[in-house]
Amino acid sequence: MKPEFPSDLYSDSERKMAEALVETENHALKTTDSTEEDCDCKDGMFNGMSRRRMLAVSAALPAALMTNAQAQGQEAPPGSVAYDVLDDSTSRQGRVILGDGGYGTRSQFENSKRWRYPTASLDSSWSMTPIADGHGVITPSGLHFERHHAGIPTIDPDNHSLILHGLVDTPMKFTMADLYRMPSVTRTHFIECSGNGLTEWAAPTLKTVQGTHGLTSTSEWTGVALSSLLEICGVGDGAAWILAEGADAAVMTRSVPISKAMDDAMLVYAQNGEAIRPEQGYPLRLMLPGFEGNTHIKWLRRLEVSDKPFMTREETAKYTDLMPDGMARLFTLEMDAKSVITFPSGEMKLPRPGFYEISGLAWSGRGHVVKVEVSADGGRSWTEAALQEPVLDKCHTRFRLPWNWDGTELILQSRATDSTGYVQPTIAELVALRGTNSVYHLNAIQSWKISAAGEVTNVHA
Amino acid sequence: MSTHKTLLISGMFLLVVHGATQAQEKRIVADPPALVGDSEELMPGSPAEVSGENGGFGVVATAEEIASIDIDVTPGGAGLPAGSGTHAIGAEIYEAKCSVCHSPDLQGVAVLGGPRLIGGRGSLASDKPIKTVESYWPQASTLFDYVNRAMPLTLPGSLTADEVYSLTAFILGEADIVDTAMILDKDSFAEIVMPNAEGFYADPRPDTP
Repeated sequence: MKPEFPSDLYSDSERKMAEALVETENHALKTTDSTEEDCDCKDGMFNGMSRRRMLAVSAALPAALMTNAQAQGQEAPPGSVAYDVLDDSTSRQGRVILGDGGYGTRSQFENSKRWRYPTASLDSSWSMTPIADGHGVITPSGLHFERHHAGIPTIDPDNHSLILHGLVDTPMKFTMADLYRMPSVTRTHFIECSGNGLTEWAAPTLKTVQGTHGLTSTSEWTGVALSSLLEICGVGDGAAWILAEGADAAVMTRSVPISKAMDDAMLVYAQNGEAIRPEQGYPLRLMLPGFEGNTHIKWLRRLEVSDKPFMTREETAKYTDLMPDGMARLFTLEMDAKSVITFPSGEMKLPRPGFYEISGLAWSGRGHVVKVEVSADGGRSWTEAALQEPVLDKCHTRFRLPWNWDGTELILQSRATDSTGYVQPTIAELVALRGTNSVYHLNAIQSWKISAAGEVTNVHA
Repeated sequence: MSTHKTLLISGMFLLVVHGATQAQEKRIVADPPALVGDSEELMPGSPAEVSGENGGFGVVATAEEIASIDIDVTPGGAGLPAGSGTHAIGAEIYEAKCSVCHSPDLQGVAVLGGPRLIGGRGSLASDKPIKTVESYWPQASTLFDYVNRAMPLTLPGSLTADEVYSLTAFILGEADIVDTAMILDKDSFAEIVMPNAEGFYADPRPDTP
């Protein structure tokens, strides 16, 4: 049952990509809901081990070296370990302290995970955060979405340094030890890939909120203010842009306005209280609060101050928004206000009419969220939701609204307003202005249809 | 970090061993970090030794250190290295190092994720825009810079300056942007005009009511 991707809207390669993505999402839904074996055709579509390979590895271990749980073929979801489950947990001592080596794992009964966008290359791809599974606003570090252009490098922080040069009085080299020792800054911010929702311009395509909105995540970040380093080096006259460069095999580069660098830009080495994860840029990442994700250069090794932007591949050939007249927008850096209901959301089913708490996330790259409204009639009337405190600048904000579903078919939507007064637009308004070929920066109101049977589906309304 | 790796591996090993030795009532814990004196407290990390100005934060970067990683090439041509290349030599390098992913006719290989490099002029305002180096990229410097830093996928950063000049000359020549007889170097680079050089404008948002 393949959805149609009409040729007047999709080129051959786009259609192939969209079909593969739908297939991946179906696959993810299937493995969550049932115990069906993976078919061979799906092997290799995900990073990490497939069910088949995990079983093969378990079988290869001598029986004496396995816990009972492993011996019985029980699988532990990623990030967990399968331990034996007693009928009565009070009847015997539990596991020894530090049996985990001193670093804990999550419960074997929790299986929330990222899934990978099915690009042809395993090196250049992205994975999506299961935002419907989240609580509060912090994304667990292991579930933070990823976008890599050349895989994840392994970098020893003792051998890593940052060079800051170009239009400065004194070019400087900083080791990680220098940065760890400097006065630190801790702030909680979202990062959103500007490709979040790219499948949704022309028609509702992916079924779950992980597929439609999974390229955004929030962490508490710690590091140093970029302005502190620039002050040490002394910014030269005429400085207007900074090139940031990563130490991955793509040697990823983006140009950043110096105004942002001197404002709230950070160089972060920690995420959610521990060192930043390798897939998020260990040991050092550029953090540009509210800017599109691609500019937050990971594995940061070099900053070059200049009077002009560098016009790198990622800021010209990619991450530019093509308009219907054939012209394209450059440096669309701030992520506009956006919100989405994560409960209820696509592929969920409300078991019966009655009370539910509607919940979701809202954020803005230009400030903080001042209001989230929810509509249960396709946008004709709106009710203000409660915002969970604290409401932070350029950060996911949790909203909640108690709701009684009367069992009728309806459309649920949420609409965010940020501190600049900007109101999240409808998809029709965005498409009227930008057409359907701009790929990036889709921040439209998301519509979920609730059927009389309680089934939730992704629709354009 | 190797310490982390060791911890991870020993952690995994312990979990496995734990199951095996449970019957013998033997309990194993991880090796603790170094202890503080005679007490049982763990030793926390200490800052590295430092000296110099600015509180000792950083040292002056030498010209050699900067040059060893300063590889960017800008639209004005800054950063272009010495050397030169031609369409003919580029054709041979392309055949050997690029054509597997981008196809011999530069039309890309979708199944490998290798994008199409040329064609698509005049398609940007259509329902099916084709974005290639020829039809979309506003600057030739971006092509040199990107090929130099990130290509070929299996061995990024391995091309010599001459090879990158030749590949740039070849791709732009096949795209009818430069003459195939052109000898591309630091000086002649300035003559290149990309077809979509004027196709971009600054972010006009907010654009919604």
